[in-house]
Amino acid sequence: MGAPFTPRANIIMTTCLAAIAFAVAGGGLWWFAWPYSDYTRHVGWVVQQPVPFSHQHHVAGLGLDCRFCHSSVENSAQASLPPTFTCMTCHSQIWTNAAVLAPVRDSLARNTPMTWQRVTDVPDYVYFNHSIHIAKGVGCESCHGNVGSMPLTYKAKTLTMQFCLDCHRDPGPNLRPVENIFDMDWHRGPDTPSIAALVAQYHLGRRNLTECSICHR
Amino acid sequence: MTGKTGAAVDDAALIFPAETPHSLTERICAITLHEGESGWTPLWWWLGLGFALALLCMGVISVAWLFYAGLGIWGIDWPVAWGFDILNYVWWIAIASGGTFISALFFLLRAPWRTSLNRLAESLTLCAALCAAIFPILHLGRPWFFYWLFPYPNTMGLWAQFRSPLVWDFFAILAYVLCSILFWYFGLLPDLATLRDRAQQRWQQVFYGVLALGFRGSGRQWRHYQPVYGVMAALMAPLVVSVHSIVGMDFAGGATPGWHSTQFPPFFVFGAALSGFAVVLMAVILLRPAMGLHPYITARHIDTLGRLLLTSSLCVAYAYVMDAFSTYYGPDPADRTMFAFRLHGLYAPVYWGTIVLNIGFPQLLWWRAIRLDLPVVWLICLGVLIGMWLERFLIIVSSLARTQLPSAWGQYTPTLWEWSLLCGSIGLFLTAFLLLLRFMPMLAMAEMRAMLAHRP
Repeated sequence: MGAPFTPRANIIMTTCLAAIAFAVAGGGLWWFAWPYSDYTRHVGWVVQQPVPFSHQHHVAGLGLDCRFCHSSVENSAQASLPPTFTCMTCHSQIWTNAAVLAPVRDSLARNTPMTWQRVTDVPDYVYFNHSIHIAKGVGCESCHGNVGSMPLTYKAKTLTMQFCLDCHRDPGPNLRPVENIFDMDWHRGPDTPSIAALVAQYHLGRRNLTECSICHR
Repeated sequence: MTGKTGAAVDDAALIFPAETPHSLTERICAITLHEGESGWTPLWWWLGLGFALALLCMGVISVAWLFYAGLGIWGIDWPVAWGFDILNYVWWIAIASGGTFISALFFLLRAPWRTSLNRLAESLTLCAALCAAIFPILHLGRPWFFYWLFPYPNTMGLWAQFRSPLVWDFFAILAYVLCSILFWYFGLLPDLATLRDRAQQRWQQVFYGVLALGFRGSGRQWRHYQPVYGVMAALMAPLVVSVHSIVGMDFAGGATPGWHSTQFPPFFVFGAALSGFAVVLMAVILLRPAMGLHPYITARHIDTLGRLLLTSSLCVAYAYVMDAFSTYYGPDPADRTMFAFRLHGLYAPVYWGTIVLNIGFPQLLWWRAIRLDLPVVWLICLGVLIGMWLERFLIIVSSLARTQLPSAWGQYTPTLWEWSLLCGSIGLFLTAFLLLLRFMPMLAMAEMRAMLAHRP
């Protein structure tokens, strides 16, 4: 009875073992890295809307305040989307015949709300509250990005739990003076109060913001 | 199965005098390679496999329904939130200790009788550890996220809670299962090489040849092999102690009456040794006539295992006594209420069954005649396995059913799905073990040959 294997068997075996090791390592790395990709988190994805609303034009161009449309952001968990009447404040006077605004006029005529699509969404088991974040000095831009630079609105941040926790563990760097909360493209200047001063001003640091029940009920 | 162990042979012999390295290799290889008269697959194996697969199917159905319907199909609820899931896990992992005690601990102690038993015992360990490993995963509400216990950087910003014994448990089990597989496989290498060299059929040559990883028995290979085996044994021996200590800490870490005790880690090591030796003894008694292993597993082995079983039973008895003592010596009325519930409450038969099966019957092993009376020993071992299962039931259920607040008292009744899962795990164990019996050598041939060569 001859040897069961030819000398080639060593090469085949080594190749197979290397391939398995590579597949396991590569698969593990892919599985680990995949959730970090902007692709999975839909970062930078423009969401189709009934009307191609431009934040760039309305915010950066015309200088509208966020609260003009998202009126309940200071008092409610929801920032809220504007009713058609808000659009019509201006668009009953200007661009009254623009084809692109037909759905808005249609909405008013039928007395049916516009079906705006959510751009920034968190899972249903996250109880995000806009009002407390505004009250504690977190700027809109921190989570929504500089919408003043967005001709069509897209998701700017990953909004992973990691993203939330990074700030909840150390909120200081994301705090703004009250008058700058709704500013876009805002940066700390020489006159900005120190981080420690802002933390004290907003009464932070008294409660552990990483307790599970802060966000999950 | 004969009652006595063969009077013609000197009871002190570890291997029959007529055996030579050649006859040993020939016999064991014939079984594994399915050659000749002693190599045919016996009827009991097919019947056993059929029975095991039937149980396994039941378990698969149970798990499939569990994944579909969720944990609500089980009887667990507040206050008894741990039921058969943790009970069976602890029971199986304790059974998995036997192989490691015999194979690693007694290797380090240079006990000569361990050589005939180590492969068999390690195979039992492997199969039992496999069964144990599935329960902690199944008991999770969302079992597909079991890896969240593992500390790896993730987008959730979550990190394992290292102050929790449940995390230590994850690492202990993982390390134990991986090291058990490696230790078993590494010990198997020279035998796999023997099988490759003796195989007549092509598939066997390739199967065992690939598994043997090119082991050819050269002096250089042996020179590396032996220290590595020694180091692995030295790693495994403390691992078996740590894994059961940590299982004990899973309970001791909770402020629950009956759990919050410093004696729990050693208590669980004692219990593990007891059930580990019992399962090895049960398997040995059945397989000795079934596979013709009389020449290699002699009365001396049965006797030694019986003594070990008795010793571990006494250790467990000490733990039970201390359990009662610390309850009544200690200051906590909740402890005493819970213990009274154990003694004469709803689950009192479980408590007294535990005492009788784990401590009472094994005392018969003080007599040598009984240690060598195989049917009696087998029944004592079966009693110990049932007793250990009852003990886990008692620890988990009766403590949770009688916590500090009387308003939170309750009880637990397992459902059909929990029973079928237990049966399924037994099916998994038997299936895996029967397959190993048929395709892997159940005696460490290389070590036995060395022992024969050094025989006076």
